[in-house]
Amino acid sequence: MAALLQASSLIKRYGDVAAVDGVSFGLEAGTCFGLLGPNGAGKTTTIEMLEGITDADEGEIRYRDKPVGTEFRNDAGIMFQSTALQDYMTVREALEMFGSFYPRTTPMAELIETCALGEFLDRDSRKLSGGQRQRLLLAIALVNDPQVVFLDEPTTGLDPQARHNLWALVKRIRAQGKTILLTTHYMEEAYELCDEIAIMDHGKIITRGSPKALLAEHFDEVILQLPRTDILGDPAELPLPVTVRGDTVEIPSRDINTTIRVLLDHDASLAGLQIRPRTLEDLFLALTGEALRA
Amino acid sequence: MNWKRFLAVLKARNREFIRDRSALGWNIVFPLLIVAGFAFAFSGKPMDLYKVGVYAADPVQKLAQVQETQAFFRTDYIQFIPVTELPPAITKVERHQLDMLFDLDQQRYWINRDSPKGYILERVLHGADTVDAPAGGFRRQTVSGREIRYVDWLIPGILAMNMMFSALFGVGYVIVRYRKSGVLKRLQATPLTAFEFLGAQVVSRLWLILIITGGVYAGADLFIDFSMFGSYLLLLLVFTLGAVSLISLGLLVAARIASEELAGGILNVLSWPMMFLSGVWFSLEGANPLIQKLALLFPLTHIIDAARAVMIDGAGLAGIGTQLLILSLMSALFLLLGAVLFRWK
Repeated sequence: MAALLQASSLIKRYGDVAAVDGVSFGLEAGTCFGLLGPNGAGKTTTIEMLEGITDADEGEIRYRDKPVGTEFRNDAGIMFQSTALQDYMTVREALEMFGSFYPRTTPMAELIETCALGEFLDRDSRKLSGGQRQRLLLAIALVNDPQVVFLDEPTTGLDPQARHNLWALVKRIRAQGKTILLTTHYMEEAYELCDEIAIMDHGKIITRGSPKALLAEHFDEVILQLPRTDILGDPAELPLPVTVRGDTVEIPSRDINTTIRVLLDHDASLAGLQIRPRTLEDLFLALTGEALRA
Repeated sequence: MNWKRFLAVLKARNREFIRDRSALGWNIVFPLLIVAGFAFAFSGKPMDLYKVGVYAADPVQKLAQVQETQAFFRTDYIQFIPVTELPPAITKVERHQLDMLFDLDQQRYWINRDSPKGYILERVLHGADTVDAPAGGFRRQTVSGREIRYVDWLIPGILAMNMMFSALFGVGYVIVRYRKSGVLKRLQATPLTAFEFLGAQVVSRLWLILIITGGVYAGADLFIDFSMFGSYLLLLLVFTLGAVSLISLGLLVAARIASEELAGGILNVLSWPMMFLSGVWFSLEGANPLIQKLALLFPLTHIIDAARAVMIDGAGLAGIGTQLLILSLMSALFLLLGAVLFRWK
């Protein structure tokens, strides 16, 4: 089946630097695709080329197997990483204005209900809280009843409650059959929302697949975590593949019993022992070789 | 052009302006200050053009005596100022604070040889008693008519200058702010075209400028009663075309810039020479020909020329056809360049 939106060999250079270097992927209709990567990996440039905000130096983007054009612009809903609206504009007025730009619109009542905007419809958009503002921006992205929704780091800067609220909204949108392209720094978010993810670094996609399949493909162990103080002496001297992260010691293990036995043989305390499965964050760090770049 | 999209942006911009109380307040208060300033400056009797000090033991009485016998001391537009001490009065002549000084007791006078006013006064002094007599064979003829005061000449320039600031800063600055804050980027992601967006900005600022200019005109007329010999409709046409050309110039400046500081600098570089070289405050008649040619590049020059022709000379459409054509061409050029160079990001 042809992808709803297909990016092929996209390249974008800024001077001598290739911000995006030969990126190709397709979005299947009705799925949520996550684009992950550290700061400067090329996620935003990639998504902006797909949105039509930035021109690609090379490569092609096709929507419904045709070059992107007016149909795509009418069918795309976009929520930028950071967006300003005109000053002195209420929530209702913002929705009405953006709605008037499109030939097809989502009924206002449905939009208000979906994004839970009813309580502050007549409030100046500059006076909304972070979560309320992101819901408004999501509503603006949905105002044209889009087939493809671009969400560029939609939960950055939100508190946990607001983040979970927005996740619920995104799930609801996906359940309506819309196709979503999401970029995020939060691995938990990608795991929660995405059917498929691609991890980018230095302008290239370094891996892609469903979160579970990628974890299964790259890891076959669990992680044992211990407080650093529970190990006598230098953890590096243990005959185990130890990683020290701050005050915590992490030990990957395919055989938990054997690993615990080794720890006990070296007089480690197991009072603070925790065992967790591998996460997307582990995969991310393993592939990009670094913590999330601030 | 999709009118629905155009009207949506126009409505949003108008609403933003009207709700911005500080900007709205300033746009109302500033013209009122202009009107009040003019009312204060020009509502009294005409100002004397020359200042002449008169020294004597009793300067007031002596001045009254010479005014009966010598025509020069009865000359209009010369203010005769009695002085009681000579040295400070001489210093004032040196500093051009007095244009001439008489010592009536000693029958002598001082002028500053570097003062044009002193030179003229001296010529007047020597010719004052012969004005009614044939001079060099010339016979005196007189005409009568309503005086065109400086304020009559100044008002069209002030109206146009006010329009210029409102157009350049009200449009150029706003678009740069939109670009910097990301408003334009968000609009770019919709089917809205640059032409629709820019058109809405032009129309939004145009009606505002015309209303404010009308208010300043009416307010100034109430206090000053300046000359208006031409057609109001024609004057509206001049100001409409003029405003469009200036707004388009503002759009052109803001086509790509994303820094408010840079935009402010460029707008100042444009507006200050226009304010001084387009003939707002003084005529460029007799100025360096290069300066006169440079002034023709500014839309403000043609707006002021056309407005003065309508208001002071009562010119018709044919009389200001050249200026209207130039303003139209400038508007088209600035709009075209602005639209071609315009970047959302």
